Amino acid sequence: MLRDLIERLRDGAAEEYLSRLYERIEKSRLNGFTTLAKESALEEARRFDKSPGQGLLSGLPIAIKECISTRGIETNCSSNILRGYIPPYDAHVIERLKAEGAIIMGKTNMDEFAMGTSTETSCFGPTRNPWDIDTVPGGSSGGSAAVVAGGEAPCSLGSDTGGSVRCPASFCGIVGLKPTYGLVSRYGLVAYANSLEQIGPLTHTVEDTALLLQVISGHDARDSTSAPRPGQSYLEGLDEGVAGMKIGIPREYFGEGVAPAVEKAVWEGIHTLESLGASWQEVSLPHTRYALAAYYVVAMSEASSNLARFDGLRYGLREGEDKDWHTTFSAIRAKGFGPEVKRRIMLGTYALSAGYYGRYYLKALKVRTLIKEDFLRAFKEVDILVSPTMPIPAFKIGERINDPLSLYMADVFTVPINLAGVPAISLPCGFDGRLPVGLQIIGPHFGEGAVLKAAQAFESATPFHEAKPEVV
Amino acid sequence: MNEWDDMITREDVEHIGWLASIEIDDEEKDELVEHFNSILDYFHQLDEVDTEGVEPTYRVVDLANVFRDDAASSSLSIEQALKNAPRRENGYFKSPRIV
Amino acid sequence: MEDVIIGLEIHVQLNRLASKMFCNCSTAYHNSPPNSHTCPVCLGLPGSLPVINRKAVEYGIKVGLALSCKIEEETLFYRKNYYYPDLPKGFQISQYDFPLATNGHIMILGDDGAERNIRINRAHMEEDPGRLVHAGTIDKAKYTMVDYNRCGMPLLEVVTEPDLTSPKEARAFLDKLKSILEYLEVFDGSLEGAMRVDANISLKGGDRSEVKNISGFKGVEKALSYEITRQKNLQRRNIKVVQETRHFDEIRNITVSIRSKVGAHDYRYFPECDLAVLRIASWVPEIKAALPELPDAKRERFVRQYGLTDDHAKSLTSEIKVANFYEAVAAQAAPRLAAVWIADVLKGELNYRDQTIEIFKEEHMAEIVGMLEKSQITEDGAVQIIRALLDKKGGSPGEIVKSLGLGKAEDDAVQKAVREAVAECAAAVADYRAGSERALNFIVGQVMKKTRGKADAGEVHRLVKAEVEKS
Repeated sequence: MLRDLIERLRDGAAEEYLSRLYERIEKSRLNGFTTLAKESALEEARRFDKSPGQGLLSGLPIAIKECISTRGIETNCSSNILRGYIPPYDAHVIERLKAEGAIIMGKTNMDEFAMGTSTETSCFGPTRNPWDIDTVPGGSSGGSAAVVAGGEAPCSLGSDTGGSVRCPASFCGIVGLKPTYGLVSRYGLVAYANSLEQIGPLTHTVEDTALLLQVISGHDARDSTSAPRPGQSYLEGLDEGVAGMKIGIPREYFGEGVAPAVEKAVWEGIHTLESLGASWQEVSLPHTRYALAAYYVVAMSEASSNLARFDGLRYGLREGEDKDWHTTFSAIRAKGFGPEVKRRIMLGTYALSAGYYGRYYLKALKVRTLIKEDFLRAFKEVDILVSPTMPIPAFKIGERINDPLSLYMADVFTVPINLAGVPAISLPCGFDGRLPVGLQIIGPHFGEGAVLKAAQAFESATPFHEAKPEVV
Repeated sequence: MNEWDDMITREDVEHIGWLASIEIDDEEKDELVEHFNSILDYFHQLDEVDTEGVEPTYRVVDLANVFRDDAASSSLSIEQALKNAPRRENGYFKSPRIV
Repeated sequence: MEDVIIGLEIHVQLNRLASKMFCNCSTAYHNSPPNSHTCPVCLGLPGSLPVINRKAVEYGIKVGLALSCKIEEETLFYRKNYYYPDLPKGFQISQYDFPLATNGHIMILGDDGAERNIRINRAHMEEDPGRLVHAGTIDKAKYTMVDYNRCGMPLLEVVTEPDLTSPKEARAFLDKLKSILEYLEVFDGSLEGAMRVDANISLKGGDRSEVKNISGFKGVEKALSYEITRQKNLQRRNIKVVQETRHFDEIRNITVSIRSKVGAHDYRYFPECDLAVLRIASWVPEIKAALPELPDAKRERFVRQYGLTDDHAKSLTSEIKVANFYEAVAAQAAPRLAAVWIADVLKGELNYRDQTIEIFKEEHMAEIVGMLEKSQITEDGAVQIIRALLDKKGGSPGEIVKSLGLGKAEDDAVQKAVREAVAECAAAVADYRAGSERALNFIVGQVMKKTRGKADAGEVHRLVKAEVEKS
């Protein structure tokens, strides 16, 4: 879809296209965007219309999640403590997008500091799911998914720490990919849990995701966790199909806790792949049930350290009379962070503190090893794994937010992937009533090729990517 | 079965708030004691896993010796560095007093 | 000193690197306006990431080896989490388990004149925080200003075992460490903030107090002396010494307590997963082979090679610049004489003027020593020449000799003048023989006139007497 759009935009249509998007956003009830870079973006589009560039994404508008650093455009992670912060630098992925001629059209809403599964912890209020505006779009990249599903942006970037790209993709019926850890540079991604997260694209089609991945991936010397591999073409071989591919069905990802409509849609998806020439077998990832606990311990511990820099001295919230520094900083952090963020910082602090480090953090990291080994073992037998992305479709706004533990539980099929560092995609595979259901395809480390191929084959054989919500 | 003192008390919450540099009022303290204990209880599942002889995974991808050359390049201008500073004076960031 | 137990933690800035520890900002920030040497990484802006300076690691290994440490095969960075205005990320990237270097030692001269082995527990790498500027003293200022230029500078933290037993020994240790570091060319000790010391001190049987962030070795000696007195006073009154952190006030020369919560230092160390591990065992042989001759070895060689006294050798090798200066001069002039004039005279004159040896030319010293050797100038004259050069009167020693008229006349010329004068002053000679001292002085005066005052007066007196008494 994007390739056709880019072709059309070359006919002097960039400014017009972008203006229409902004008009649509103005009337929108989704609350998907937090900042619109209207002036600079339209200026870019006008310049492009006069002399179209040769980049892979020339003239293409793209929406960026709040937590990705954009030079000159406010980057606040949907948190009061960072309101007004304007970075003096672009994230690596933004540099790559701009180098290929993409136009940054604005920033999208998220759960505060990416801590959430529903985009309800944002200081800007929740984003709404275009399929049903009383439901959540998923999180934490809810804004990025909603604006794409709602036709307000042709594509977007999100970030995925425990499912934050795949969950909203699943809830909003679009495609979302979490790359292998290290494939996409994190330079410029405001850190929540740095050993778990990656930036990933959110798009209407698999081909669009492959295109964006090609642009944003590849080694970056400024990120010491960046895999020392050059960028590669993910568009090449995308249509090779799945004949002969071996699919693993992890038994722990089905059964109790999974909504019947979800399980049904996913199984139909598996059979579709089978009809396209793949074979499937059951596999076991025995440590799956410990993944949530391990994930939250690790994520909260890292978050407690990553968010320590927010004290109101160099940027962000600072008001009232200064007392001594500790009192002042503590008051700012109490006021500027939302309750979920504060809870996670404190629990993470506790998990790392003297006497508890071995009990929680170290233990969780050992369980992480076992979870990673589960995947490595499975991939000796099969090429990819298939499962539901989320055990349920989108729930109502306000339904789970007051019971944090129940929210955490929704991440059960997404967090193991982050712990292991493997890649995974979510794409639409059916509906539960009006609400989309997502199919998750998981690959081995740096196995994006196989994942995208399988996803492409599935998409080509099904109509789900064409379904669009009614304009709200 | 385990030798740990598992229950978080109000004092623990106060100490954590101090360590994390986050002010907590009295009402919040009580809420947090409850909340923390239920979450930690959930975390205790991990005790069931036998991790004898298992190495912890700090980094999922095994990289070593990632460096940069010792070459200086230009810094941000003073204006850029201070641009987002809520309070400043004479080119410095203005901080609350130490004691 | 009996019953005094001192341990030091020294933060050394590897300021001869071109860039900071984890980013490309230049390290040449001294004399720059505040916050002019920062970037997203060292300012800790959201989304920034660190990347390790390879040369900083090489320097760290160099120092570790020079301190006779064991170098860790696989070393890694940790986060040390604490809040303070000078720490932009809310954590410092440092080392904890598996630090770069462990179990080393430095030899110093103890208070009793015997050599003492001071053990090094570890040397590890970390980044410097920013610099706080208080409006007034730390405990009375209304607010604080922060400059992040220094933030991210590469630091090596060297930790000793509590083997030191007096402020003087602590000073000797620091001098020796500084000397070794300058020999290795990893740091310039003359720059501000290059070396900062935390000192831990206790009296036998008591708790220890920590005095943080003392800059300047004199400050360390004073702070420790003050602490010993303070702790002894408390002991005498049977009051327990509280284990606490103190700050050294340079103006009042006292230590003050920085009221901090007991047990507050929970740094929640965990590995820095934004950085990869370092596997550096293979670097060690090459670095070891390339280590320069260190102070102790150089001192021994100077004694052997140049026939110097141990005292002179020590004085000449305490600083690498002085040692190099000496050897350049000794290659052109008499080594033992050169040692005297550099160690005993030049160093003193430099010290008095607060100058360092770079401002003096090696050729000039060689010339001066040469002239002394050939008795062309007197010792007094040599001192005058040195002072003239240091006071920037310009010119070379030869020129100064001429302009100040310092040339010692040739012995032959003096002898000739004596004979002439005695021959010419027959009357005076007769008067002397008759018992008049003044007559001798008259003849001496004639000789001085003839040599235009360049002869040594005492020498002339002796020669005239001898000449007169000859006949």
